Amino acid sequence: MILDSKAPTGPIEHAWEQARFDVKLVNPANKRKHSIIVVGSGLAGASASSTLGELGYNVQCFCFQDSPRRAHSIAAQGGINAAKNYQNDGDSVYRLFYDTVKGGDFRAREANVYRLAQNSVNIIDQCVAQGVPFAREYGGALTNRSFGGAQVSRTFYARGQTGQQLLLGAYQALERQIHAGTVTMHARTEMLDLIVIDGKARGIVARHLVTGTITTHIADAVILGTGGYGNVYYLSTNAKGSNVTAIWRAHKRGAYFANPCYTQIHPTCIPVSGDYQSKLTLMSESLRNDGRIWVPLVKGDKRSPDQIPEAERDYYLERRYPSFGNLVPRDVASRNAKAVCDEGRGVGETGLGVYLDFTDAIRRLGEHTIRDRYDNLFEMYQRITDEDPYKVPMRIYPAIHYTMGGLWVDYNLQSTIPGLFVIGEANFSDHGANRLGASALMQGLSDGYFIVPYTVGNYLATNKFPAVLDTAPEVKQAVACVRQTIDLLLSIKGKRTVDSFHRELGKIVWDYCGMSRTAAGLESAIGQIRTLQEEYWKNVNVPGSGEDLNQSLEKAGRVADFFELGELMCIDALNRNESCGGHFREEYQTPDGEAQRDDEHYSYVAAWDYRGPGNAPTLTKEPLEFHYVHPSQRSYK
Amino acid sequence: MKLTLKIWRQKNRKTPGKFVSYPVDVENAEMSMLEVIDVLNETLMDKGEEPVAFEHDCREGICGSCGFMINGVAHGPNRATTVCQLTMRHFKDGEELVIEPWRAAAFPMIKDLIVDRRALDRIIASGGYISVSTGNATDGNTHLIGKEIADRAMDAAACIGCGACVAACPNASSALFTGAKIAHLGILPQGKPERDRRALGMVAQMNTEAFGSCTNIGECTGACPKEIQLEVIAVMNRDYLRASVNRRDYLVETISPFTEWSTGSKFETPRARE
Repeated sequence: MILDSKAPTGPIEHAWEQARFDVKLVNPANKRKHSIIVVGSGLAGASASSTLGELGYNVQCFCFQDSPRRAHSIAAQGGINAAKNYQNDGDSVYRLFYDTVKGGDFRAREANVYRLAQNSVNIIDQCVAQGVPFAREYGGALTNRSFGGAQVSRTFYARGQTGQQLLLGAYQALERQIHAGTVTMHARTEMLDLIVIDGKARGIVARHLVTGTITTHIADAVILGTGGYGNVYYLSTNAKGSNVTAIWRAHKRGAYFANPCYTQIHPTCIPVSGDYQSKLTLMSESLRNDGRIWVPLVKGDKRSPDQIPEAERDYYLERRYPSFGNLVPRDVASRNAKAVCDEGRGVGETGLGVYLDFTDAIRRLGEHTIRDRYDNLFEMYQRITDEDPYKVPMRIYPAIHYTMGGLWVDYNLQSTIPGLFVIGEANFSDHGANRLGASALMQGLSDGYFIVPYTVGNYLATNKFPAVLDTAPEVKQAVACVRQTIDLLLSIKGKRTVDSFHRELGKIVWDYCGMSRTAAGLESAIGQIRTLQEEYWKNVNVPGSGEDLNQSLEKAGRVADFFELGELMCIDALNRNESCGGHFREEYQTPDGEAQRDDEHYSYVAAWDYRGPGNAPTLTKEPLEFHYVHPSQRSYK
Repeated sequence: MKLTLKIWRQKNRKTPGKFVSYPVDVENAEMSMLEVIDVLNETLMDKGEEPVAFEHDCREGICGSCGFMINGVAHGPNRATTVCQLTMRHFKDGEELVIEPWRAAAFPMIKDLIVDRRALDRIIASGGYISVSTGNATDGNTHLIGKEIADRAMDAAACIGCGACVAACPNASSALFTGAKIAHLGILPQGKPERDRRALGMVAQMNTEAFGSCTNIGECTGACPKEIQLEVIAVMNRDYLRASVNRRDYLVETISPFTEWSTGSKFETPRARE
């Protein structure tokens, strides 16, 4: 298959305007006759559902949580970027576009990124209108802060709870449509398969998590906004329920999976403290605006931080990257933290941590200002570690946070299965090999509010949708497939719990396909994953039955998919013989240890096709062309 | 540190529940309450027993999924903390913790520590929004909103919808939850045009659900992990009263509370039970 990105040609400034003009429209009176399934109710899913509902379509929205408001977008802390240039510091749509393409290490599609930057300004307006309480100046105007990897202040925020407030805005818009009857909400319902008929996505098979009922839902188009797959690592900053199942099962039905090895390690998380640990807690990157990162100059220095004089500290980011300092992009900050810890200069009991110190900022701005900016984050830190960051520097260490890879989509956000659209973190599109801070919220809302409502309409207007009966062989086959997996998982009744397998899988993926990777390590990881997977299907213990609420069963299905995904991530990482963004292959680095891209051979999107169990996936390349931002070695020095 | 967890076990709504005591070893005071139950569940499963079902997701205190009573206190003894962030350093060796789900008629039991909180979603659906369809917005700086007003709105908007306020209230009232949304949106200029309609709709829905009435006891704000202030209830009452005077002719439609699970599927498969 040749992957057609459908990216418009011609001047990039007018591409989206032209594309919007070119879409075929659905007659307003006919919209309610079209049904659309949206899976996921986070920023992408909720904004798409509400907007499509407002347009008059018949929308069915699904989430596995008890309420659409629980989606993991809610946990985003720092902020959302927009090229408003309210601060008069030289920002523009073009600059946001430029920063994002560069930040993504030249592995994103230019036309998509430009559109994202254009939409950013509309997002802020929409959210303000919905009542999102963004931070304000005393005079009443919206305020901004600068955020990891940017030299302008373009990040809008609502204390340290920006994701929560944006999601509540979208959730409220969604509830409004639920009340209006345009959206039917299916909470506690998990998508377990995609129904494909005549090559088109026509519905889903889902399981109700309380009753265990397996149901089928038919529609004219299916939109997946089901988030990222960071939980393949077991320990991540993702919510415990975040999973790859919806997109993975769509992948197994023919949707290509792009760039699975592009995962983002967030530099500022609370370090791991023990084996019982169930997840990692993120400390917003915004802390790097005022906090200074350092470790002791010599290794094995066990003095408490206040006993280490200025001259014996190494502010390694400020030293190595004088122009960006503590604000270098996430991949760079994470790798440097790992490097100093590997040298034996890490702090804390485990030695896997670096200091994030606010002493200077408190001295310069006063504790009041720092409290105003970060109080809830400081509080959260203190609650977990029992240390007061106003007095003692925070200890932080990188953790898995976001996945840039996902289902391949064209400019219209349509996957390789016609009628299957993928939005938000679930798709691969806009962040290339590394996402900049405060860009995930922007992408989720851009896709949901401002892109997919147009492009789905075009698909509906240009296709015919014959009625589908539940006796159709494709429907019966998908249901049978779901039942078979559930019955199998329940029948094994082995000796090990799902979590024990998941923890072990996560460790393999983290060790070999985490912050840095090598060909030998990846090859070994593939073998280890396969061995563990084999044991899983013989020895997993899923108690209870499928006719009831069964949280072990829910997890078991998700972990089964993580095994397959983990292997594909390693295959992809092994194929990409270069370092770019979050993908760091030790064999490919510049003399001073920075990521070394190979544009001649790897300036492409790696899209993988599922070829059945036991068969190697096939690779299709979408070449990337850069007409505006010319690839260069990223330098933050 | 050794603790005894006396946990409410109930298979489903139709089966009566009971307390079961489990001794647990806490290896690190940094463990969260939920991580202690995780460890307990692993041992239960190794013994061939069913794990304790409890709701949880982000484990950062923001999604609002988790929550149960610990010794009769919603989210346990630490102020402004959800159970996912409640570390074990707040307990003493040998303590017994009585753990039970939110108890409220409006929150029907599902299993063990999990209850059905859809009533809160229905309150939001009845007016907890600003009616502005995508594309209708003006520039973000059109309305200048003083910092104090923006901060007050943010204070109210911090609600995570966990239901602790209802569980803590002797009347099982959801006034704090409803008031928080009415206050958040009503304080902002964008929310003013629908202020009357919102108060009438949301209060009517709250009254339709099986919540009790507010009698100004204040347990709710004490239990709230986000420390939503009692003043939001005063804002709700004022807005409701004002709206009742202004809009006497206004017909409020409420959503009927439904307790059965609607799957909404056109094609239920043969093994479907509902």
